[in-house]
Amino acid sequence: MSASDNKHNREDYLRMYRQMVRIRTFEDNANQLYLSAKMPGLTHMYSGEEAVAVGICEALTDSDRITSTHRGHGHCVAKGADFQAMFCELLGKEEGYCRGKGGSMHIADQSHGNLGANAIVGGSMGIATGSALRAKLQKSDDVTVCFFGDGATAQGLLYEVMNMAALWNLPVIYACENNGYSEYTATAEIAAGSITDRARAFGIEAFEVDGQDVLAVNELTRELTGRCRRGEGPFFIELQTYRYHGHHVGDINREYYRPKAEEKDWKESRDPIEKFTQWLTGEGIASTDELEAMKAEISDDAASAVDYALKAKYPETHEVDMHVFAD
Amino acid sequence: MSAEKSPELRELSYAEAIREAMDIALGSDPRVILMGEDIGVYGGAFQVTGDLVHKYGTDRVMDTPISELGGAGVAVGAALTGLRPIFEFQFSDFAALAMEQIVNQAAKVRFMLGGAVSVPLVMRFPAGSGTGAAAQHSQSIEAWLGHVPGLKVVQPSTPEDAKGMLLAALDDPDPVMIFEHKILYKMKGHVPEGRYTTPIGKAAVRREGKDVSIVATSLMVHKALSAADQLASEGIDCDVIDLRTVRPMDRETVLASVRKTGRLICVYEGVKTLGVGAEVSAMVAESDAFDFLDAPIVRLGGSESPIPYNPELEKAVVPQVPDILEAARNIAKGQI
Repeated sequence: MSASDNKHNREDYLRMYRQMVRIRTFEDNANQLYLSAKMPGLTHMYSGEEAVAVGICEALTDSDRITSTHRGHGHCVAKGADFQAMFCELLGKEEGYCRGKGGSMHIADQSHGNLGANAIVGGSMGIATGSALRAKLQKSDDVTVCFFGDGATAQGLLYEVMNMAALWNLPVIYACENNGYSEYTATAEIAAGSITDRARAFGIEAFEVDGQDVLAVNELTRELTGRCRRGEGPFFIELQTYRYHGHHVGDINREYYRPKAEEKDWKESRDPIEKFTQWLTGEGIASTDELEAMKAEISDDAASAVDYALKAKYPETHEVDMHVFAD
Repeated sequence: MSAEKSPELRELSYAEAIREAMDIALGSDPRVILMGEDIGVYGGAFQVTGDLVHKYGTDRVMDTPISELGGAGVAVGAALTGLRPIFEFQFSDFAALAMEQIVNQAAKVRFMLGGAVSVPLVMRFPAGSGTGAAAQHSQSIEAWLGHVPGLKVVQPSTPEDAKGMLLAALDDPDPVMIFEHKILYKMKGHVPEGRYTTPIGKAAVRREGKDVSIVATSLMVHKALSAADQLASEGIDCDVIDLRTVRPMDRETVLASVRKTGRLICVYEGVKTLGVGAEVSAMVAESDAFDFLDAPIVRLGGSESPIPYNPELEKAVVPQVPDILEAARNIAKGQI
């Protein structure tokens, strides 16, 4: 990890740390809700990938937009969402971000520019690009970040919209979270050649970055958002990362496609929160006690949000006809 | 139309009427943009966009690559975040390439997000057979999209409605799919000047009659009117309803007509099975109008085949005026 001007940016660093811990804590609670059968449907854990969402979203403002994926809780938290409305949504409650109609895979938060998670792999690439077209035509200086996984690079939509984004110089950053697995299949088995070279073929500048290093991700994203605002977009980033859980929460016995030793290695030697903890304490920015206190506080926040969400009311069934159309 | 033309009424072609609507929209609302393949200097595959690019520039009248899925996706994103895109497909058949973005994204985003967002997107689909363009350029797929909650689906049959429904679609906060029959593009008719809207979800009674209700869509409205003229001389008096909107369907106008005539023929170009006529028929069968029926309902729809290339075969797979005549004579005589 590297960063200059450490003391000066103390608040920024601690906010990044806080957001990463909030994601991990949110996911630990969501996992428990699912395993204890309190949550319907299915859900996909972001744990292990926190530095990606936080490094990127901390480089954005509330006017900047993101589009998210089925593995979207991390993006939602990182973009500023609150626990209570998120847990309510996961539990299908009226006070959820989508009034209980979207659930885990469609969680969204318009007030912070999260246009929404998408349960179609790669499904939001057009939306992100259209958002960037709107920014350009309306001469707004916001940037849109399109999150998607390595699996989504196999969708044709990506290449159609990258072509248009490059032709029209749109302020969009395509952020490929490469966690090594396309659902239950190793990425090497589904992706030919280089992922970044595919973007370069359109004349799009493409970067590879360690997705476990929040400072490296943040520094690159700050540079690219600045360039997008100056009309130099689009850009492409491939972030090397790892998902700690299976494809979804029910994917528990997974040795047939992913060795336990590999999981252990990523968790023990490349954990993004642990890496950042060591850096923060090593640089004297925060003490272990301070960071532990922050973790405890977040843990309490999450527990009370879960408690609130469990008791919150469900929407009335007549709401099923609402929101299909405006009227 | 069968109404008498008065000389002072201004006439435009169906294509010109659509262009005029887009011109009004571009001129009055900076959020409106046009997107589509070859709609810029070429003016669009059917010359509907015409010279608008010269008036509004390439930022407002955007040529897209031949990427229906991507183009539709970009239009959805632009609509979701504040623009009012009008996306033109070169042929409605190509919607198959874009179905994911139309069906899973445009139609569902408002609902999935609990009403937090809106997708005010207009898509235009040149549709239908009769041009010798064969199976992949001639379909009538409005029932596919009509099956998706969250989409509104319209089929204007006159120049006046083509303009008014496009402007109504732009006022609508939800995605509106407009199916324009290619054979209608050159048809002329009266088009009022300036801005007006034709309501979505409201059918039009094109001819009043007491014996047989003919509920038709798009080009079939004109075939039904032509048949009705002949039938009148035979003493069969037809009520001709132009459905205009497939979803949401105008239940009241259809049921009122059936209560009056007691006989119903549905005429539509899409494949007969599981098509628009099935929905119209079921709507009647499930209502009190069923008690007024004096004969079984007749559906005249596209045949159970793709559209063939050969001109005679092409005519044979969609309802023609003689088919309507025969059905109406039989139903009126109680021979069905």
